[in-house]
Amino acid sequence: MTEPANNLQKIRKSLSRRNRSEQRFRWYGRLAIFIGLAAVSVLFTDIVSKGHGAFRITYLQLEVDYDQSAIGVDNLGDPKQLVQGDWQAIPKLALRKQFPDVSGRSDKRKLYGLVSNGAGFDLKDRLIANPLLLGERETVWLLADDDIDTYYKSWLDGEPYAARLSDKQVTWIAELHDQGKIRLQFNSNLFTRGDSREPEQAGIRGAVMGSLFTLLLTLILSFPIGVAAAIYLEEFAPKNGWTDFIEVNINNLAAVPSIIFGLLGLAIFINFFHIPRSVPIVGGLVLTLMTLPTIIITSRAAIKSVPPSIREAALGMGASKYQMVLHHVLPLALPGMLTGAIIGMAQALGESAPLLMIGMVAFIVDIPGGFSDPATVLPVQIFLWADSPERAFIEKTSAAIMILLSFLIIMNTSAVWLRKRLERRW
Amino acid sequence: MQATNILILILGLGLFAFYLGRGRSLAVAKPLGGIRHIHSLPSYYGAHVALWCALPSLLLLGLWMIFDDLLINSIVLKSLVAGGISTNAVGDGLLLNKVANLAEGVLPRKGEAPAMVAAADLMLRLQVISRWSLTALMLTLSLIGFGWSWSRISSTFRARPRVEKVMEKLLLTCACVAIFTTLGIVLSVLFESIQFFRSVPIDDFVFGLDWSPQTAIREDQVGSSGSFGAVPLFVGTLLISAVAMFVAVPVGLMSAIYLAEYASKTVRSYAKPALEVLAGIPTVVYGFFAALTVAPFLRDLGASFGLSVSSESALAAGGVMGVMIIPFISSLADDVITAVPQSMRDGSLAMGATKSETVRNVIIPAALPGIVGGIMLAVSRAIGETMIVVMAAGMAAKLTANPLDSVTTVTVQIVTLLTGDQEFDSPKTLAAFALGLMLFVVTLMLNIFALQIVKKYREQYD
Repeated sequence: MTEPANNLQKIRKSLSRRNRSEQRFRWYGRLAIFIGLAAVSVLFTDIVSKGHGAFRITYLQLEVDYDQSAIGVDNLGDPKQLVQGDWQAIPKLALRKQFPDVSGRSDKRKLYGLVSNGAGFDLKDRLIANPLLLGERETVWLLADDDIDTYYKSWLDGEPYAARLSDKQVTWIAELHDQGKIRLQFNSNLFTRGDSREPEQAGIRGAVMGSLFTLLLTLILSFPIGVAAAIYLEEFAPKNGWTDFIEVNINNLAAVPSIIFGLLGLAIFINFFHIPRSVPIVGGLVLTLMTLPTIIITSRAAIKSVPPSIREAALGMGASKYQMVLHHVLPLALPGMLTGAIIGMAQALGESAPLLMIGMVAFIVDIPGGFSDPATVLPVQIFLWADSPERAFIEKTSAAIMILLSFLIIMNTSAVWLRKRLERRW
Repeated sequence: MQATNILILILGLGLFAFYLGRGRSLAVAKPLGGIRHIHSLPSYYGAHVALWCALPSLLLLGLWMIFDDLLINSIVLKSLVAGGISTNAVGDGLLLNKVANLAEGVLPRKGEAPAMVAAADLMLRLQVISRWSLTALMLTLSLIGFGWSWSRISSTFRARPRVEKVMEKLLLTCACVAIFTTLGIVLSVLFESIQFFRSVPIDDFVFGLDWSPQTAIREDQVGSSGSFGAVPLFVGTLLISAVAMFVAVPVGLMSAIYLAEYASKTVRSYAKPALEVLAGIPTVVYGFFAALTVAPFLRDLGASFGLSVSSESALAAGGVMGVMIIPFISSLADDVITAVPQSMRDGSLAMGATKSETVRNVIIPAALPGIVGGIMLAVSRAIGETMIVVMAAGMAAKLTANPLDSVTTVTVQIVTLLTGDQEFDSPKTLAAFALGLMLFVVTLMLNIFALQIVKKYREQYD
């Protein structure tokens, strides 16, 4: 009788160890989840803390003189004069008036460095819009240079970053601040302008429009083709080797690295078909091929979820197979297909690697107006800005990421909402 | 663009033809006593006419767009040769490019050889001829198709089966796009790679230990023959992928186990989507995060321990890539774990095993094939991942296994070789395609193998 008792004792003794290991295991699981969630929150807080500043930008208040002789323009209707005019002279004059005791070349250059070197052109646009201002004087808020912007924001936060500024500039800014002539304003440039080498003038409008055109083409091409392929494979395909081959291909394409699609686009669309580089047409074609597997797979799942009784009822009423699919299966599967399409589009919106291959990585200032204008897309713009050495671009990049992420969040939540709202459970 | 206008015109004609055909079938049906007395529904007659009107000319448009450039180029080349310009010196492609630029007025015509200017004029003329003859041909085809199918509408004409047959062919074509894509990928990378292997022997590429892909500007320049040994790239790729897996596999697997076996329904319903947010973040965002936040942090951390960590360390890129892959592994593992039959769990628990013992000794072994398949898919993703490594890993190829050092990867080199303005036929750009071929082959094998395992596993418990 000692044997079982011994065993029981052994088991009892081991029990606390086993329970401890059970507890440990549980904690490992919790830790894993925690790490994942921590990664999400660290990522988001990092981006937001870096990027929130970019939505406001520093402006200086100056009294400008639209002096005809200084600009060299006396007739705003003459395009030649407009091109040749020294527009930057207006803010320069205004700065000299604001700080009359600055002398010496290097000091003057530093003084001129307070405002953005695009400020003159902003004033030009203002002048063209209100021609009566020529020869007059007025007080305006002018865009500050990016270094000034970086410094002023960090100074307001209590940790001044003055690495790229001279002491004189710092004192000038303090002076302006005391007079209330420097302030942060909503950065509308970020949303209305194209790319620029100057961080304070750079905006994401061009990239957003490029993304829009590219995605539009992707949607126009990939949704019908994907749905048609899904219908064929689910409803019409005979069970044979060819169909299996198509399926294997689709599944593999879904897992092919995206950069390979870029190589395909470069070799086929650009080098063989001679479509110009950097245009949304090529981008759209490449992204179509890339998102097609996603759309086909989700569309097939949606078609599969339509119960066979519906098909049988339609066929029983004398519908042909096509009528059955077009009139009954397709409308019922459409919400699921749309969800898949939105998810595919979200994927395409965030994709940048294949677009680097086909030249959508160029520096493009103009805002694209169509499918055949050179363009870049939002993620590639982020990549370009992240590579730029200017410190102010870090803030810009993070802001662009925030905008990209909010687009993605909107798309994904609308997909979830659509699925919940429209999908039927049978 | 001319092609777009023609396309819209033809589609408009097709729509018009649909209504005409439908109207005609209604007119045919009326004296017979309603549409019950014709073979198909009126819309099928309309669709039949529309298909005949639009499809042939659209096919022609597609073929024309493929071949007209080739044809024009060959004619222009012939005229150049006849004009006494040798095409050997610069190559056909460059010469044609110049002619095209001359024709479009991008380059000034002044100072060019008369034969070049003549060729540019010829090209312009041929382009105009091509465009007009295309338009004329397409319109004729449309009208013929329309007239023919229009004349065939009668009460006994079987429009529906014909339309459905064409529809099936169209659907099949759409399904075959996937095959064309694979074929396109294989052909494009294969052809360029073969060209590359003509100038660089394949064993030098696959087994060479030195990667410095510069090409000479002058023949006699130092280091003029770039060396294309890809081993450092493979090692770098594997190193970064290994770091990524080291992060992603334990975290992904444990969170999948916890969510599937322990977590309450509410925890699961919040934690799972929250983890999946990681999968939806664009890789360029991870790249930015790795390059600007994680890498400096690791460098400073290493410095405080007296370690020198490169600011483009494999650890930063790989670690962030691992975070990106966590949801991928966790959702795949979650699928396979929940597919393990409940009876196996019940059996183990009834024998007195604790929950963790059940997981370790019963569920994991049962789900192992599926988990391994998932991990292999994740590895293939890590190998092919581009943006994170382009932004956070180094450019210089270094043969090292130290994760604190900076390494470069296959994808980084593809991007650096192909962005920028290079002539397309230089070994430098062709090398990118050879790397692409390697990448494609490796990921393809991993994917096929993994999908096979996962499929077999599913069948086992279905």
